[in-house]
Amino acid sequence: MHAPLPSAVALAESVAEKSLLRFLTCGSVDDGKSTLIGRLLYDTKLVFDDQLAALEKDSRKHGTTGEAIDLALLVDGLEAEREQGITIDVAYRYFATAKRTFIVADTPGHEQYTRNMATGASNADLAVILIDARKGVLTQTKRHSFICSLLGIRHVVLAVNKIDLVDYREDAFDAIEQAYRAFAAPLGFREITAIPLSARDGDNVTTRSDRLPWHKGPTLLEHLEAVDVESDATSKPFRLPVQWVNRPNLDFRGFAGTISSGTVRPGDEIVVAGSGKTSRVARIVTMDGDLASASAGDSVTLTLEDEVDIARGDVLSHPADRPEVSNQFAARLIWMQDERLLPGRSYLIKLATRTVPATVTSLKHKIDVNSLDHLAARTLGLNEIAEVNVETGAALAFDPYADNRETGAFIVIDRETNATAGAGMILHGLRRATNIHRQASSVDKATRARLKRQKPAIVWFTGLSASGKSTIANLVEVKLAARGQHTMLLDGDNVRFGLNKDLGFTDADRVENVRRIGEVAKLFVDAGVITLCSFISPFESERRIVRDLVGDGEFLEIFVDAPLSACIARDPKGLYKRALAGEIPNFTGVSSPYEPPKAPELTLLTTEASVEELADRVVEALEQRGLIERV
Amino acid sequence: MSGLSTHLKRLEAESIQIIREVASEFRNPVMLYSIGKDSSVMLHLAMKAFYPAKPPFPLLHVDTTWKFREMIEFRDETAKRLGLDLIVHINEDGVRRGVSPVASGSNVHTQVMKTEGLRQALDKYGFDAAFGGARRDEEKSRAKERVFSFRTANHGWDPRNQRPELWRLYNTRVKPGESIRVFPLSNWTELDVWQYVLAEEIPVVPLYFAKERPVVRRDGALIMRDDERLPLHPGEVPELRRVRFRTLGCYPLTGAIDSDAASLEDIIAEMLASTTSERQGRLIDSDEAGSMEKKKREGYF
Repeated sequence: MHAPLPSAVALAESVAEKSLLRFLTCGSVDDGKSTLIGRLLYDTKLVFDDQLAALEKDSRKHGTTGEAIDLALLVDGLEAEREQGITIDVAYRYFATAKRTFIVADTPGHEQYTRNMATGASNADLAVILIDARKGVLTQTKRHSFICSLLGIRHVVLAVNKIDLVDYREDAFDAIEQAYRAFAAPLGFREITAIPLSARDGDNVTTRSDRLPWHKGPTLLEHLEAVDVESDATSKPFRLPVQWVNRPNLDFRGFAGTISSGTVRPGDEIVVAGSGKTSRVARIVTMDGDLASASAGDSVTLTLEDEVDIARGDVLSHPADRPEVSNQFAARLIWMQDERLLPGRSYLIKLATRTVPATVTSLKHKIDVNSLDHLAARTLGLNEIAEVNVETGAALAFDPYADNRETGAFIVIDRETNATAGAGMILHGLRRATNIHRQASSVDKATRARLKRQKPAIVWFTGLSASGKSTIANLVEVKLAARGQHTMLLDGDNVRFGLNKDLGFTDADRVENVRRIGEVAKLFVDAGVITLCSFISPFESERRIVRDLVGDGEFLEIFVDAPLSACIARDPKGLYKRALAGEIPNFTGVSSPYEPPKAPELTLLTTEASVEELADRVVEALEQRGLIERV
Repeated sequence: MSGLSTHLKRLEAESIQIIREVASEFRNPVMLYSIGKDSSVMLHLAMKAFYPAKPPFPLLHVDTTWKFREMIEFRDETAKRLGLDLIVHINEDGVRRGVSPVASGSNVHTQVMKTEGLRQALDKYGFDAAFGGARRDEEKSRAKERVFSFRTANHGWDPRNQRPELWRLYNTRVKPGESIRVFPLSNWTELDVWQYVLAEEIPVVPLYFAKERPVVRRDGALIMRDDERLPLHPGEVPELRRVRFRTLGCYPLTGAIDSDAASLEDIIAEMLASTTSERQGRLIDSDEAGSMEKKKREGYF
């Protein structure tokens, strides 16, 4: 049996000029969000017979609607969540009408899933915020709206659902709409459209309801088909982050990437943001032939008139309207992993096509997503949002997020786990970095070192408390002094009496402790001094920060490896006894983790040799590396 | 980019961006080429992404030895026409053990010849990223799949441990042994794929077009007898019917549909009138509820 073929008109419609709208839906299961999306798919005929048969079976097993088909089950995908009756992740749905195709990001509404909502919102142009007509504007409504606003969404549909359960009353709907508009006024939405509907029965979703004659506005689908979200991306300044340098042969050198904003034409003068080098666009190359122009969203390959040094990560723009270039900026940051954000710790950030090391230099305040209040904070946990200052290892080209969602957004990557730890939106560049110029001194590090007949370095002893770090470091310094070397010894306990007496033992304070010590040690290295540092320094990432402060070969990590049991047995200061009794919180090895070095320059096993032998090994290592002369 | 509607242009540009990102950030990527319409579109996009250069990665086909003969012919012709490296991997251990859809059933056959075969090939060549042509609209459990799907060193997929994907910023970092499966067609629908094939004149396997073919009816599905290896039940006689395939796979596991659609225009028209989803023809999905999710956890693409 063959299905009748649709008319030529229907076919023509399906291939006609159609636009794409990406939107997200916010709300909890209780608001009927899954039911609403199920209704849109069902009413736009995106549900096939075999899926419907599976749905009828599922409705009897998992459904909450008795004998009726539970449309929510159309979209609640993973087994785990079907059993738990919750949506645990961002899901994407697709449907189309004659006028538009739609990509729906379906995001969960629970507080702990701020992360998912931000993810869904990052690529959406419009948000459908669901409200249960019986409950009105709730805390979660405010949270959803704030996150949408934060991620740059400017169009909102307020879907007042379950209108049947308030007897289709206009005054109930009006009260909710007014309360919402009052709350949302400072959030910068360009347009808010409120629609009374019932997802379960289909009123005002795709078809107009005669039970809501007082509603003069569009149905949800009518609005989604008609709303104009055309961003002005094409008329904004031209930005092309270079993604790939295409060199099939010596005669062709193309710069491939997706245009973030603006328009480019052959003959345009362009500038490389970082280096300031300029050239002109020769061709816009595609497999379908050269183009006369290309605009925001197009993936193209440009060739230039001159040989200019350009690599992945560079940003091309027109000379008259360039992005900012700086290694410091202020941003809003959403934290997305369990491991807390620690200011001073080294992370990677990826912005457009560039990935660089970065640290948060200050956490200005947290933002309460429910009340929008500013709160003081020293660290940031999962699903928390803050305003921060960021410093990157190299200067980046960027725009404020409010001006450009492509060149103003970045993700934060954890260097240990490679997890996506956070997402950021740039507020503005910081000029601080450009206004403080380094004072160049006439006598440099090499000169100072030569006078001392040695090469300076940081010799960093790390290990558990009572592992023997300080004892060994002390003996190493005695041996070096005897050979006429210039040294300095920085020790954990001593530094905490002075420079770092304001710091405690939380993770955040430990990071700051090591950062300051690293900076001091670096000054000693500049002075040409071999600097011995004896610190528990439990975290790999902070040790790496110190390593990155000085030049190659100027940081030697010495892992003083003693088993915890040996340290506890030794316990010269009685600290383990107290820590094990619960009297000292955050004690490394007991109630706070120690991350052993992955590739130390030297490992000293304290159970296998005497302190004397271990100290000799360190001195030997310095000889081998040419830091001191052999005697 | 000329004759495409706005939304297809957008999908095309986004897929090209994803393909270039993988080539830029991974040490040793590969494109899984399964010969079907989605693979054909993905390959076409890869050709566009690097033009005038060739894609800087090889194609990999995990051959279960039960694909339609026309698929294998089309595969070899395509690689030759485009001048691309094609790696064909067969799980020889499975062949020795005599695993087949006929003798072992769809579950065991798919697990051994497809899932295990894929793992073998990825390990053998040390690929750290593999493109696949899967789309999110194919099946419910795919709706939450990331564009960059992270796999452990054992090729495991943990739905709770996937990275959030914001904007178009993909986190491509993996440790040695870990890998990423990349789905550049994530946001395409079946209709998008066919309309793009039509607009871009992309060659596809002739099995998609209606023709008289010898089929037998089993468990409600029309199975084409592509060669003598498919044993006939007592009294069963293949009949010639005018059929075509909506999806392609191992021939004993792929149901045909009655159809007169002999051109791309016909296929699109037929699909607009269709009342069943494309996966209906795939016998491996209906084994049990949530079966796709289960297969993915085990490393199925």
